[in-house]
Amino acid sequence: MRYLPLAEADRQAMLRAIGATSVEDLFVDVPESARLSGKVEGLADHATEMAVERQLGALARQNLVAGEVPFFLGCGAYKHHIPSSVDHLIQRGEFLTSYTPYQPEIAQGTLQALFEFQTQVARLYGCDVANASMYDGSTACWEAIVMARRITKRGKAVLSAGLHPHYVSVAQTMARFTGDRLDLALPELTPSAPGDDMERLLAGIDGETSAVVVQYPNILGHVADLSELAERAHEAGALLIAVVTEPVALGLIRSPGEMGADIVVGEGQAIGVGLNFGGPYVGLFACKEKFVRQMPGRLCGETADADGNRGFVLTLSTREQHIRREKATSNICTNSGLCALAFSIHMTLLGEKGLRQLAELNHAKAVAAADRLADVPGVELVSGAFFNEFTLRLSREARPVVRAMADRGVLGGVSLGRLYPGVEALANGLVVAVTETVTDEHVEALARVLEECLVEGAGA
Amino acid sequence: MSKNPSGWRPDMGAANGEGAQTGTFTGNRALMLEEPLIFEMEEGGGTGVDFAEAPSVESRLGGLERNRPIGIPGLSEPQMVRHYTRLSRQNYAIDLGLFPLGSCTMKHNPRLNEKVARMPGFADIHPLQPSDTVQGALALIEMLGGWLVTLTGMNSVAMSPKAGAHGELCGLLAIRAALEARGDAREVILVPESAHGTNPATAAFAGYRVESIPANERGRVDIDALKARLRPDVAGVMITNPNTCGLFEPDMLAISEAVHAAGGLVYCDGANFNAIVGRVRPGDLGIDAMHINLHKTFSTPHGGGGPGSGPVVFSDALTPFAPLPFVERKGDQFTLVEEETAGEHHGSSFGRMTAFHGQMGMFTRAMAYILSHGADGLRQVSGDAVLNANYLLRQLEDVLDAPFAASGPCMHEALFSDKGFGGGLTTLDLAKGLIDEGYHPMTMYFPLVVHGSMLVEPTETESKAALDQFIGALRSVAERAKAGDQSLKAAPVHAPRRRLDETLAARKPVLVYRDPEQAQAAE
Repeated sequence: MRYLPLAEADRQAMLRAIGATSVEDLFVDVPESARLSGKVEGLADHATEMAVERQLGALARQNLVAGEVPFFLGCGAYKHHIPSSVDHLIQRGEFLTSYTPYQPEIAQGTLQALFEFQTQVARLYGCDVANASMYDGSTACWEAIVMARRITKRGKAVLSAGLHPHYVSVAQTMARFTGDRLDLALPELTPSAPGDDMERLLAGIDGETSAVVVQYPNILGHVADLSELAERAHEAGALLIAVVTEPVALGLIRSPGEMGADIVVGEGQAIGVGLNFGGPYVGLFACKEKFVRQMPGRLCGETADADGNRGFVLTLSTREQHIRREKATSNICTNSGLCALAFSIHMTLLGEKGLRQLAELNHAKAVAAADRLADVPGVELVSGAFFNEFTLRLSREARPVVRAMADRGVLGGVSLGRLYPGVEALANGLVVAVTETVTDEHVEALARVLEECLVEGAGA
Repeated sequence: MSKNPSGWRPDMGAANGEGAQTGTFTGNRALMLEEPLIFEMEEGGGTGVDFAEAPSVESRLGGLERNRPIGIPGLSEPQMVRHYTRLSRQNYAIDLGLFPLGSCTMKHNPRLNEKVARMPGFADIHPLQPSDTVQGALALIEMLGGWLVTLTGMNSVAMSPKAGAHGELCGLLAIRAALEARGDAREVILVPESAHGTNPATAAFAGYRVESIPANERGRVDIDALKARLRPDVAGVMITNPNTCGLFEPDMLAISEAVHAAGGLVYCDGANFNAIVGRVRPGDLGIDAMHINLHKTFSTPHGGGGPGSGPVVFSDALTPFAPLPFVERKGDQFTLVEEETAGEHHGSSFGRMTAFHGQMGMFTRAMAYILSHGADGLRQVSGDAVLNANYLLRQLEDVLDAPFAASGPCMHEALFSDKGFGGGLTTLDLAKGLIDEGYHPMTMYFPLVVHGSMLVEPTETESKAALDQFIGALRSVAERAKAGDQSLKAAPVHAPRRRLDETLAARKPVLVYRDPEQAQAAE
């Protein structure tokens, strides 16, 4: 077997050195009734590298690949072009096959990269500090709600209707068990500001509110100024948590931190990571400096070695589970280190200049696409202010239209029926994301197929 | 202390004495290259990406245009590639050598797995694509789930948890949901004192109160103490098996029976499943839920701290409460069961734990690893891992105190203590001495039940020759520690950095780079 270096003669020599007659002797502590005498039944035996590659390659070929068709899906996961050098570098064994940097003297590569990552995230979000990553945006969002509860000692969070429904779902799952109260609402397809419920959020802040949680841009693509919300939350002793699922937007629009957000969390997938059918992604987590000791997750900090040379270590670990156990700020251990590295490498290649160009390109293409699609009979553009994602109201239910478009080789967007099953008022909504990977031909293909499917009564 | 005592900057030269310790102009030592932070580097063109010109449109950003710089430097591709390549060379890795980090399972990461994960059909598909367009991906998730269920002898599997601790949370939420469903809310989770810190932290995160159960003198759960505490307020126990001392819990069946008899449920931390895979099915030990770290047992790369993946297998009792979403097979068709379709058959599900469907990129890698080994190979994997650990234990027990060695064989890792070290030397000193020998140290000071503990896990990846060399190196450093050799206090001396001051880092946290003017203003 190609991954196992021990030869049978080695095994015998080692058993003799141990004083055992067989490997089975080493499992004496396992109750006899639970010890299998041979291999597990009903499973295949080992296979060659070529055979495995063929078997899994056959499964891979059954999927419709985003890069091979006109592609417009977003809603928390975005298709951007990733420069070849990013994937090349994260495959270096010294990054790929290293562990959490518990021995800093021989992990400065990972640690310095994390320090740079933390700085990039903090600056992008407009915050003082950022951690070394979380699992993904949705779990980072719940961790932020828990952190706000710890800071304010209040248990009611007001969630915007524009927050990704899966993020809401995760919070609901957890709140059911932790006793946190969540003030929720469904989005509406309000013309020009879909999903925006600023009035409801402002009205919902009271003396029991720990935090207001608002997504920017929101699930329907809309962008709104958060400044007033931050002010009103602070007046009431509550925090503002901003959630960013499309970090590229911050190359062009103001950061949540600048507008007064106390904690900014989000999904970093769009930069450097790729779609991967939903994971692994990378949760970003940043906040004001005064809250740093309440943060979840690992933090990398600067220090000096015995010779006075600058170096980096994991720090403030008294917040963490391996020291504080049940009193830790979170149970997180493994985070998303390699995805954070990919994010950081891509960001280093972009720089502020490239990020701005990328964002401008996304926005311009999205505006052009929105206008083109609004011309399709049976399509109404409901978004006014948006970045690279906007919402259309179709003349019929969007979910079967999306399926019918896929049958014609166009992945045309995310139907709100998929995200909000059973919500009649949203059923005709279609969220379309347009990134730099979209060409004019793609937009024409979408317009044509959308028109066909609307006219023909898709799938029905 | 100046802000940047060693990182080379363009304005530096030998004249300012920065190279004094190495005697070189640059501060470099041949292949060991010092590397500044990206924030300290020349900007050049400020980016390494070319873009097509944006079509001219009127902006629709609602007046939210950014009006301040972000402060993120950009490097050209050659500068950027050198930066990260140089950084990478300051890391130890499995690709470089034996990585005996106990309980972390640093085994070889086959490159086939990387290739499979990058197939466009897996890497370039969106989680919200219509399910007709991702049948192959759903089939892979279902296939991997099937292997995990069969290998563990359990009833079902939840694939969405993102890592081990997230899997623990999944298991505990299922336990809570099951108990609440029978109208029996209980508030305490029992955790052995040898448990990994995530266990008590997870129980607290799930809203439980945590109580500790002591270990006996043989490094196992004190079953009498456990039984005495099994009152009606106990929702369940979290037991790691094989445990964090590297030992199998021989009373596991009796423990499960006692917990069930008291109306509780049994969570098994499966972090050490690699020791028994293919030989023992946790389902035969009375367990109700167990997470499997795909990044340990099934070799998905640790990547400097993640991503991981922590699927959870369930017994019959907990299956109805498993989280959404999951994949269901009907004939040749695979469907994703989400909120809307869960109503009819899965109404008791405790809900969603993460935005999408789990760590697809880890599933593909783990599947390639599993198919490569097969049922016969996985049995060999655990056999070799346990053989290697026992060989190490017996070759070292005369020079290092092995507190539980007399009680019989260990599983996949060998535990030692600092008993007998002279001259005030500690486990930390020994570990740093190993760094100078070219090895990553073992896990230090965990588990907490042993003084100055050293947990050594060689894994099945090592050949006998590699083990013998490591044993020689560890013996040599251990003998120095016992002799009180004070030079160990100065170790490491050959690493990219000498011993780093962690107290300083925590006392005055510097978590992000500040431009020198900014930093000065802050002080």
